[in-house]
Amino acid sequence: MVKVYLDNAATTQVDTEVFRAMRPYYSLKFGNASEPHLWGQQARKAIEESRQIITQFLGAKLKEIIFTSCATESINLAHRGLIESFKVANLHSGKVPHIITSSIEHKAVLETCKHLEQIGWAKVTYLPVDEYGLASVKDVEKAIRPETVLVSIMYVNNEVGTIEPIVEIGQLLKKINPKIYFHCDATQAIQYLDCQVDKLGVDLLSLTGHKFYAPKGIGALYIRKGTPMVRQQDGGGQEYGLRAGTENVPYIVGLGKAIELIANRKSVIVNRTKSLRDRLIKGILKIPETKLTGHPAKRVPHIASFIIEGVEGEAMLLLLSDKGIAASSGSACTSGILAPSHVLTAMRISQKSAHGSLRFSLGKDTTTQDIDYVLEVMPKIVAQLRRMAPKII
Amino acid sequence: MGEIKNPDGVATVGNRRCGDIMKLYIKVKDKKISDIKFQTLGCGAAIATSSIITTMVKGKPVAEAEKITNQAIAQALGGLPPVKLHCSLLAADALKAAIANYRKKK
Repeated sequence: MVKVYLDNAATTQVDTEVFRAMRPYYSLKFGNASEPHLWGQQARKAIEESRQIITQFLGAKLKEIIFTSCATESINLAHRGLIESFKVANLHSGKVPHIITSSIEHKAVLETCKHLEQIGWAKVTYLPVDEYGLASVKDVEKAIRPETVLVSIMYVNNEVGTIEPIVEIGQLLKKINPKIYFHCDATQAIQYLDCQVDKLGVDLLSLTGHKFYAPKGIGALYIRKGTPMVRQQDGGGQEYGLRAGTENVPYIVGLGKAIELIANRKSVIVNRTKSLRDRLIKGILKIPETKLTGHPAKRVPHIASFIIEGVEGEAMLLLLSDKGIAASSGSACTSGILAPSHVLTAMRISQKSAHGSLRFSLGKDTTTQDIDYVLEVMPKIVAQLRRMAPKII
Repeated sequence: MGEIKNPDGVATVGNRRCGDIMKLYIKVKDKKISDIKFQTLGCGAAIATSSIITTMVKGKPVAEAEKITNQAIAQALGGLPPVKLHCSLLAADALKAAIANYRKKK
């Protein structure tokens, strides 16, 4: 059966080279990196080599990268760890630290912020976005208060692919109050955009490996030197005392290898993916009553999200899957909680329209034939589902 | 699947939370459901429940068809995940509404 996987924003396969790099660390070089003997030091060396690759990739400095299990963990640590440090400092002044974030962040950011609000450790402003999902630098500026300690904005929105003005926000914060820390969820940006931390002006940056051909279960957090941070996982002092737990050596090695591979291929992949994405967009928009969501220009190379009238998202996904095509949707039926995507809602897309949302996300192996196959199949699926639907006046 | 021209009973029901819409058309002859068709705008489970309800009640006496529960619909599909159970409710409601519409027309 033809297989066209266009859900790379959800997850990607482990690259064969990544897998090969990981293998010795399961049963050959399996030592605990905290041990001084040969086995331990082999593991330690592998971890530090991987760390160095990521440090270089992000333009960071020594001891500024720690390994976590995923971006969600990195995000939790970044927000909770920072706020807890302020909680301790503000014990007697009674001021609650303030966080500014956007209403279209990934749930990892939103739920962490909500939790901090619930326990009274922070007040949070959730900035609106425009109809393209773009956050405004002016809105960030207006929201800043004397108690603001953290601004947290994603680099690329995972549902619609809009690129947020991270550099501009970083510059704004430096100008207004350099004591405000800036976190960026770079999960969907790592492969495609410039993630140099000084260029972005960020103090904290979260990423996860399974979006760029490393396994699920490994991520990293960049923490600029001097950023206050209270560890959220106590124990044996690993990762500079910030994240206890015996290091997952094979996965750490895998993450480093995956970063190395994307660094080598970046411009080729960016250009190829962009042109395939544009080919897909052009073709899908030929289907009547179909709109592209997200910003028309400030869009990451791999994501193309649509709203298609008169059809429901999950039904499209199932019929596409029957034809060997993987995609994703933000419809209420596809969520586990019967609510349409909070991102589409924040972009003021009606529930009725969000009903027919469909996201394609390309990968490094996507070919022109893959795109053309989708363009052949999609109009038929849409027609079939529209025929099945009642005519509502 | 489809429309029935000149149905004896017809009803459109919708679920406000998820946005799914079901329309059922029935034809009644000798107090039995002689024909039934569905049109659905909804997820896989919504399409499945509306489709299977037509197979379940076609040829059955109206009085019997009216008693079909959403649990029976879910069972006929081999079960439904909890988050999709409301689709079976929608189908059951659609059938009851179509039958009520038929009764009113009479």
